Amino acid sequence: MSEAVITSVAGPVIRARREGGFSLGEAVHVGDAALLGEVVRLSGDEITVQIYEDTTGLAPGDGLRGSGLPLSVRLGPHLLGNIFDGLLRPLAPEAVAQRYQLRPLVEPGERLRAGAVLAEVEGPAKAQSLLVPPDVAEAELTHIEAGEIGLDDPAARLALPDGSTREITLAHDWPVRRPRPVTRRLPPDEMMVTGQRILDSLFPIARGGRAAIPGGFGTGKTVLQETLAKWCDADVIVYVGCGERGNEMAEVLHEFPELEDPRTGRPLMERTVIVANTSNMPVAAREASIYTGVTVGEYFRDQGFNVTLMADSTSRWAEALREVSGRLGELPSESGYPAYLSSRMSEFYERAASVETQGGRRGSLTVIGAVSPPAGDFSEPVTSHTKRYVRTFWGLDRGRAQARFYPAIHPLQSYSEDAAGLVEWWTAHGNPNWRAQRGRILDLLEAQAGLERMARIVGKDAMPPTQQLTLLCAGLVDDAFLRQSAFSPTDRTCSPDKQTEMLGTLMRFFDLAEAAVARGVKVEAIAAAGFYRRLARMGEEIADGDPARFAALVEEMETEMAALGREVNDAV
Amino acid sequence: MRFDLGAGGAVTAIEGPLVFLRRVVRAGLGEAVAVEGADGRARLGRIVGLDEERIVVELLESTAGLGIDDVTVRFRGEPMTMALGPGLLGRVFDGVGRPRDGGPPVPEMVRRRVDTGTINPATRGLPKDFIETGVSSIDILNSLVRGQKLPIFSAGGLPHDRLAAGIAQTARLRGEDEAGFAVVFAGIGVSHDSAESFRAAMEQSGALEHTAMFLNLASEPSAQRLLTPRYALTAAEYLAFDEGRHVLVILTDMTNYCEALREVSASHGEIPSRKGYPGYMYSDLATIFERAGWIKGRAGTLTQLPILTMPADDISHPIPDLTGYITEGQVVLDRALEHRGIYPPVNVLPSLSRLMDQGIGEGFTHPDHPALAQQLFAAYARAARVRVLSSVVGRDGLTETDRLYLDFGDRFEADFVSQEAMRGFEESFALGWEILAMLPPGELARLSDAQIAEHIAPVLARAETATEAGDG
Ligand SMILES: Nc1ncnc2c1ncn2[C@@H]1O[C@H](COP(=O)(O)OP(=O)(O)O)[C@@H](O)[C@H]1O
Ligand SMILES: [Mg+2]
Repeated sequence: MSEAVITSVAGPVIRARREGGFSLGEAVHVGDAALLGEVVRLSGDEITVQIYEDTTGLAPGDGLRGSGLPLSVRLGPHLLGNIFDGLLRPLAPEAVAQRYQLRPLVEPGERLRAGAVLAEVEGPAKAQSLLVPPDVAEAELTHIEAGEIGLDDPAARLALPDGSTREITLAHDWPVRRPRPVTRRLPPDEMMVTGQRILDSLFPIARGGRAAIPGGFGTGKTVLQETLAKWCDADVIVYVGCGERGNEMAEVLHEFPELEDPRTGRPLMERTVIVANTSNMPVAAREASIYTGVTVGEYFRDQGFNVTLMADSTSRWAEALREVSGRLGELPSESGYPAYLSSRMSEFYERAASVETQGGRRGSLTVIGAVSPPAGDFSEPVTSHTKRYVRTFWGLDRGRAQARFYPAIHPLQSYSEDAAGLVEWWTAHGNPNWRAQRGRILDLLEAQAGLERMARIVGKDAMPPTQQLTLLCAGLVDDAFLRQSAFSPTDRTCSPDKQTEMLGTLMRFFDLAEAAVARGVKVEAIAAAGFYRRLARMGEEIADGDPARFAALVEEMETEMAALGREVNDAV
Repeated sequence: MRFDLGAGGAVTAIEGPLVFLRRVVRAGLGEAVAVEGADGRARLGRIVGLDEERIVVELLESTAGLGIDDVTVRFRGEPMTMALGPGLLGRVFDGVGRPRDGGPPVPEMVRRRVDTGTINPATRGLPKDFIETGVSSIDILNSLVRGQKLPIFSAGGLPHDRLAAGIAQTARLRGEDEAGFAVVFAGIGVSHDSAESFRAAMEQSGALEHTAMFLNLASEPSAQRLLTPRYALTAAEYLAFDEGRHVLVILTDMTNYCEALREVSASHGEIPSRKGYPGYMYSDLATIFERAGWIKGRAGTLTQLPILTMPADDISHPIPDLTGYITEGQVVLDRALEHRGIYPPVNVLPSLSRLMDQGIGEGFTHPDHPALAQQLFAAYARAARVRVLSSVVGRDGLTETDRLYLDFGDRFEADFVSQEAMRGFEESFALGWEILAMLPPGELARLSDAQIAEHIAPVLARAETATEAGDG
């Protein structure tokens, strides 16, 4: 391999004089401690390297070795259930299982293509598949193991058309910056159920979709991502802690093994991979951690899983890019970010998709990125570029967060381009009226904003009853439907069926209340009625899978509303 | 490996805090050096850049009095370290860990880097022990837990020092003994007066013998401010993770730290980010704040209470903004409350404790504590909106219910947030329900029927009896 000698050191970037060839993106090992780095610039005899570890103690004259390979991470069945650093090296190595059970699904002599399933792999987490690698166009299986086997033991052997053989192991390396190939991309027409009402019912995301969660500090990005990681209906979760708190990673590590996946009954940790580059870890590895996460996501997608990747926070990744770019002396563009920020972001989000895999299965990788805008200002470069590449935008609002109204997603600032394609999904899942109900709620919230501005001028008392009712209905939507505490055992997740029941109940309320007010019932009288409090707390008080309670609530509402109407008549 | 680079010919330039040396020895990035001038005084520095010809040293003390021709440079051959051992408590050190109380150096049991490595997140335990601070707006609404980093966002002239000293004196787990507790105070660019008033407050309560102070005074070199929190935290980690104590670290004023960072960055000619602060300020601050926590298998914990003053009272200024993105919440002091005579002037709405959910409720404080906090927040937020409305349309333009919210808001500030003496948790808890009872139960959507029956109904019943008694 090629070698080089360090000529200058400053922070995470070093320069070296090369002897031999290096290529851009090549992984290198620096100094006596063999620190991992990547070649980021080539110019004549000089190479520039960003280093993924603490550079304290490095000096000019120290040596550096090329690896001849692009910066890669080690993929395999050992990932599920464990925590890794930004380059996928285990942070709790003792917890990572080394041996697995292999159950072959093909016989020697069969001709196979890339993506074909060789065997099922069983370990402490869920069963996974061993596939023919993406770069093997066609080959004949000459040998396959069965039974217990280590991560790097030969598991199968392929004879390639050129006469060479290829050993297959459970674990393999893949360059982080290279997307894994697929047969074709599929349209985003299947919903990813998040269990969050404001998302599924108002701003849904499709499998293979791309969403951003921008918000100032403390508005709920992390809790929302953790909540989705817990309750969304993905098969695999890749949780990338990019430049955020160590305690948050510890929290996932502590909580997830204790929580049960409602669909499988297994601990949530078994479907989760954590990639952690916390804010105090080396900044260059932060830049890599995002690609590492996406690569892991694609690896599971290729096995036919529905994968959801959470990246908290993509802003820290962009800042890492900015820092390294500054050290390289590149010309800064907006707010000091390099001019290629936007194209890097688009490359990242582009790797999300619902696909037909090489092996002919359906798989998906959904990407949800948190964005941390300075001073909570959404016009800054990272938020505004992100907006160009995502289809779903869940904007968090400081005012809501300060009132402890969670999730603090602002319904008027958020949108979903996936929504239009999911009408059929909702119809197939029991709600043919979803589109109309969604529209009615969004209209109501829009009207609320206008009326509140007006109330600030004329006072609420001076408004006509119909407008007061609009405010009441919108307030109820907020309290009863949009608010959903991540910490409530009954309400932290809400099935599509329960969402449909709740929407139906609300629609019935709107109709009855409008009719009542038209007949002269006072808006305050409706707000003071016993059923109103029950409506406001229905998410909390009625558990999933109990439609009878909703029917009873509607009945109570009809009876009390009729009584209110009679009182008015009697008074006349 | 240690070297001395003799006087004469080694130094090629001195620019601000930077000293440029010819590279004639092997020295690595980040290593410590001592630079001596003709006056014989050793000045602490560290290597911040190297190429084939030169070594760039950043001095953490004044470069005044250094000449190009008469400098001796001692290379330590290792990054900055600190000697640690028994007897840290009760002592006063300077900003880089040297005794400033006339006492002997601390006996060296171990020597640690002041930039300790990262805590592996997989080895962290989850902070969850509720600390009673005696402050209602913190204990009930923004609870502090052991191992948390919870800064006070203050501003010039607000009583953050008094609040921090008060918390340092009271903050205990309920029913805990003194011996396991320690306070580390890091004064970063503070005036002599504020250092002294903290010391006096601790002395008065008899807590001084559990306290170690690290002082970089306003008059001392600003580059040293970059090291003061690191020395203080290295000592605190020793107290927590070697001696097994529960350590509360007060870092004040982090704004001075950030100013020093900006100054040093500018002297390096780096491209600044927002308002002239370096783009890496987030990561740099994180290396300080992330040192809070507890580690599985160790007895002690390290809790941080950093204080910063928001320039121009602006919470969106890069210093509070980046801090808020790193710390586990913030306690925000408010000038308008201060003007109304409310102490402590905590504005609870922008305040937050992110670890609260883990440290309160069933088995920690009271099962209904989370609901009480949620409802108080919701009601006070509504009261704040109504206040805005009433300032335009007047009290008469409000609905009946909104008028109740207005009164609720006033009483919440005057009776709940404001307090003369420290309050126990139970007292704060009871007070919270009492104030909520001002609102009609129908408005209390965050409370269950059972919670209303248990906590609100008795308050209403008492009020009724009192009225009847008054009538009779
Ligand atoms: N969905 C939610 N349900 C309940 N509480 C929440 C929710 N979202 C946020 N919170 C509260 O707000 C705090 C801050 O949220 P967090 O996600 O850490 O903010 P961010 O990541 O945007 O800085 C949390 O510690 C929690 O107390
Ligand atoms: Mg967060």
